[in-house]
Amino acid sequence: MDEQADAFESHPEARYGGAGRMSDATVAAHEEAAATLADFAPAANGFTGRDIPPDDVFNRCVRCGLCLPTCPTYVETMVETSSPRGRIALIKSVAEGQLDLLSPGFMHQMSECLDCRACEAVCPSGVEYGKLLEPARTQVNRALEQERGPIKNFVRHLLLHVLFGNLAIMRLVSRVLWLVQRLGLQAFAQKSGLARLFGMEKMIDLAPRMSDTFFVARDQRWEATGAKKATVFLHGGCIMATAFAEIDFATVRVLQRAGCEVLAPAAQGCCGAITVHAGDMDAGRELAKRNIEAFEQSGADYYIINAAGCGSTLKEYGHLFHEDPQWHARAVRFAAKVRDITEFLDEIGIDENLGRIEATVTYQEPCHLVHAQRITQAPRNLLRKIPGLTLVEMDESSLCCGSAGIYNLTQPEMSQRLMERKAKNAAATGASCCATANPGCQLQVQAGLRREGSEMSVRHIIELLDESYRVGDASRGTPATP
Amino acid sequence: MLDTAPLPAHVLDELRRILPRPRAVLDAREDLLVYGYDGTWYEGFPQVVAIPESAEQVAEIVRLANRERLAVTPRAMGSSLSGGPVPLRGGIVIDTKRMNRILEIDEVNFVAVVQPGVINADLQKAVESRGLFYPPDPSSMRQSAIGGNVAENAGGSRCLKYGVTADYVMGLQVVLPTGEIIRTGGKMVKNVTGYNLRALFTGAEGTLGVITEATLRLLKKPPFTLTAMAVFASIVDAAQCVTEVMSAGLTPCAIEMMDDVTMSCVEEMFHLGLPVEREAILLFAVDGNHRAIVDGEMEALSELARKAGALEVRVAADEAESNALWQARRGISPALARKRPNKLGEDVSIPRSEIPRMVRAVRAIAAKYALTIPLFGHVGDGNLHPNILCDRHDPQELERVGAAAREIFEAAVACGGTLSGEHGIGLLKKQFIELDLGSAQVEAMRRIKTALDPNGIMNPGKIFPEPGGIDAFKL
Ligand SMILES: Cc1cc2nc3c(=O)[nH]c(=O)nc-3n(C[C@H](O)[C@H](O)[C@H](O)COP(=O)(O)OP(=O)(O)OC[C@H]3O[C@@H](n4cnc5c(N)ncnc54)[C@H](O)[C@@H]3O)c2cc1C
Ligand code: SF4
Ligand code: SF4
Repeated sequence: MDEQADAFESHPEARYGGAGRMSDATVAAHEEAAATLADFAPAANGFTGRDIPPDDVFNRCVRCGLCLPTCPTYVETMVETSSPRGRIALIKSVAEGQLDLLSPGFMHQMSECLDCRACEAVCPSGVEYGKLLEPARTQVNRALEQERGPIKNFVRHLLLHVLFGNLAIMRLVSRVLWLVQRLGLQAFAQKSGLARLFGMEKMIDLAPRMSDTFFVARDQRWEATGAKKATVFLHGGCIMATAFAEIDFATVRVLQRAGCEVLAPAAQGCCGAITVHAGDMDAGRELAKRNIEAFEQSGADYYIINAAGCGSTLKEYGHLFHEDPQWHARAVRFAAKVRDITEFLDEIGIDENLGRIEATVTYQEPCHLVHAQRITQAPRNLLRKIPGLTLVEMDESSLCCGSAGIYNLTQPEMSQRLMERKAKNAAATGASCCATANPGCQLQVQAGLRREGSEMSVRHIIELLDESYRVGDASRGTPATP
Repeated sequence: MLDTAPLPAHVLDELRRILPRPRAVLDAREDLLVYGYDGTWYEGFPQVVAIPESAEQVAEIVRLANRERLAVTPRAMGSSLSGGPVPLRGGIVIDTKRMNRILEIDEVNFVAVVQPGVINADLQKAVESRGLFYPPDPSSMRQSAIGGNVAENAGGSRCLKYGVTADYVMGLQVVLPTGEIIRTGGKMVKNVTGYNLRALFTGAEGTLGVITEATLRLLKKPPFTLTAMAVFASIVDAAQCVTEVMSAGLTPCAIEMMDDVTMSCVEEMFHLGLPVEREAILLFAVDGNHRAIVDGEMEALSELARKAGALEVRVAADEAESNALWQARRGISPALARKRPNKLGEDVSIPRSEIPRMVRAVRAIAAKYALTIPLFGHVGDGNLHPNILCDRHDPQELERVGAAAREIFEAAVACGGTLSGEHGIGLLKKQFIELDLGSAQVEAMRRIKTALDPNGIMNPGKIFPEPGGIDAFKL
């Protein structure tokens, strides 16, 4: 059965094929029946217990096909099964008892989908695809739990519950990784077989380079520069705080200059994005509760996040608790206060004392900003504010780069194809810098460009704003903000 | 006639030999479940999906199918609104989407040569980057391919001025049901050598062969376009306005209608500030080579619309605003699913003088059967899309839907119109075809079909009615 679990987590192209052939009897039965409406004999719903993909969501799909050309896995494969319309039909088939929850093709599709939500953003009939995929993945995972090997379950537990469940442990592991990276020990871990023992060869290779100083939320309070417009809660994040800590610090500075008092309550934790996308909604709910409580106790006006992937999960806390009336209301109230940093700055206005950055910049749209949160103009507006900076659009700027949480671990081949596609599109603009707003994208695009032999740098929009302030301050002789 | 037995292993082996590339022959249950639907609610299942990349491969597959008496259903993007690509007798679905290259854009002859899997919008973008223009613009231009457009003889908003797909098909390469590859027509403007087979294959809904290449006529892109929205308190006034505009000899490139229900569904998705409290709007587009002429024509149109009772005529300020309006227009059909779980989309086409009468008829039918039937469509050319909203799992409602659909068809024919302007007959309208064409004509078509497809393998079960006529119509 370990094999079956593998099919969900790696690419089962080889196995996915003959196994699920429609039986002779089924074909015969469908031949004439299909001439009229395909009304299947009702069979048992293949989803059980909590977190069932809601039928009013999949039944809304009228199969118009508009989402197909926006779907990264469809444009790469040109196969309907790897398209949003196909996946929705498969989820419906499982719900109607027409397809086994653990059939190889179904598990593969639930895993191959990037959860990038491009399909959801264009759907005129309003199919909320994320509300189908996450429960469907959770269902597959639950069913597989008993069938996965004990070591794999243990590693999965470590990764999803222990690592992302606790920021202190996250920092500890990151610190070890930092040491390994600085001492050049990756090769040792790989060769000695230590990495393989835990099935973590890929993880060690793909891990981001850690920052020297981490961002640790310890109930800090940073005063607003000038008149105070708002008090904001800064979510430091997990990957952001360890691998991209400078961006967190830059976020604090830019927010201060925009007139915000910035709080970093120690009670905050991981947002749960990685966990929920990987199909563990229970663990996600535990993380969500912690953040909701931390925010309620902080008294801040807004909950600010500088990672698009986390932002979309935070904004969807309401959905996470739709089966829990007590927490649902609190989650909805919380979600209404969550703002992506670019959205927030565009809304309240920034300090306009920006210095010149002479550069041509292209913008890679994080899926969870453009599709899940539908934020397209704010990041561009901020970039255009920087004097000297020219924004050039790349082709397919909103097509997923293939990063998508732990996707590069679960679907390495598709992830790489999308990474190469993105790098080519970015490089073709001739820009010297690619701006983005999510750490996952930043890593992926950087890796893609490096492989492409491109010198282009990849920066978070906040880093560019922060640099622009530094340049401006220096040219005016004002000391940089602490 | 057809071998309905399960797919024999040697057929599968032979398909794999013809198509050696990865994921080119699909027979897993998960794949079969998603290759048998389109934009209607009909569903069928193939026994295997074949994804060829060349005309030769298509020909080999069709020869194999003909020998084995297996059904062949050609498929492009599956956006059809008539059940066309739904496989009825199992068999092979030939998915043409990997044949998606634009082979040539000939700027001297104003011609594009394309494979059938090229998406309409991609072709438009490619030719427009060279100052050229491919007018057919179905609302599904982003999710439909040239093969599907030619097979359905697709229309669009700009048909009013520029004509339908058939007006742009200069030549086709087709794999016949017996497996031969033929070319009909080409880059020449005039051509009367033999029967006009390219006209026959255009709009044949994949029942006479598989299109493997198309030579399409291009125009020069008119540099100026204006879009305006006229708001009406009564939908019949809006319909009357269209008749008046057309009889005044004005030549807008598009006139589209949306009624109140349509507007409210679209508004939910696109947030354009449409006047949802009014009964109808018309969208006008005017294009041309000279700014002054385009401005003048829009002026005259606005004037006429006001005289016909428009409460307000708003000209889009810039390209962004007009693009937003047209994007919303293209989203109507799926957006209607926001109101009720299902929709039955009709596609009647009538002489333009009869538009007000048809609009009244649809409203009366909706009232009679207590159904919501939003009306929208390419009203300028007389092509209306009454969409019957319903829950198809409610048997009583479904019965009313069937009766209403039937009356809408009958009303269209009574207005001197026809069942389908652009979506094709497919499954949805086949029981009504004799009502429109008469049995002698349907019989003539049947003879053509049998002559070209003696074993009845090519997209079986479409266009031609089942025994029992209209009374056998069921949803
Ligand atoms: C939102 C929406 C809006 C629409 N608006 C319009 C509109 O404005 N105007 C309009 O005309 N239609 C419209 N349609 C209907 C539909 O998009 C068109 O009929 C379109 O031409 C179908 O193209 P497709 O690529 O999706 O083909 P499919 O749906 O895959 O196939 C359509 C038919 O063509 C046949 N076929 C496909 N490829 C080939 C081939 N290579 N050789 C032979 N036969 C082939 C199939 O067997 C089938 O019968 C709309 C549909 C939707 C969902
Ligand atoms: S755009 Fe929406 S309705 Fe259309 S096929 Fe995709 S999910 Fe279904
Ligand atoms: S979420 Fe992204 S990858 Fe998944 S079906 Fe939608 S568009 Fe495709």
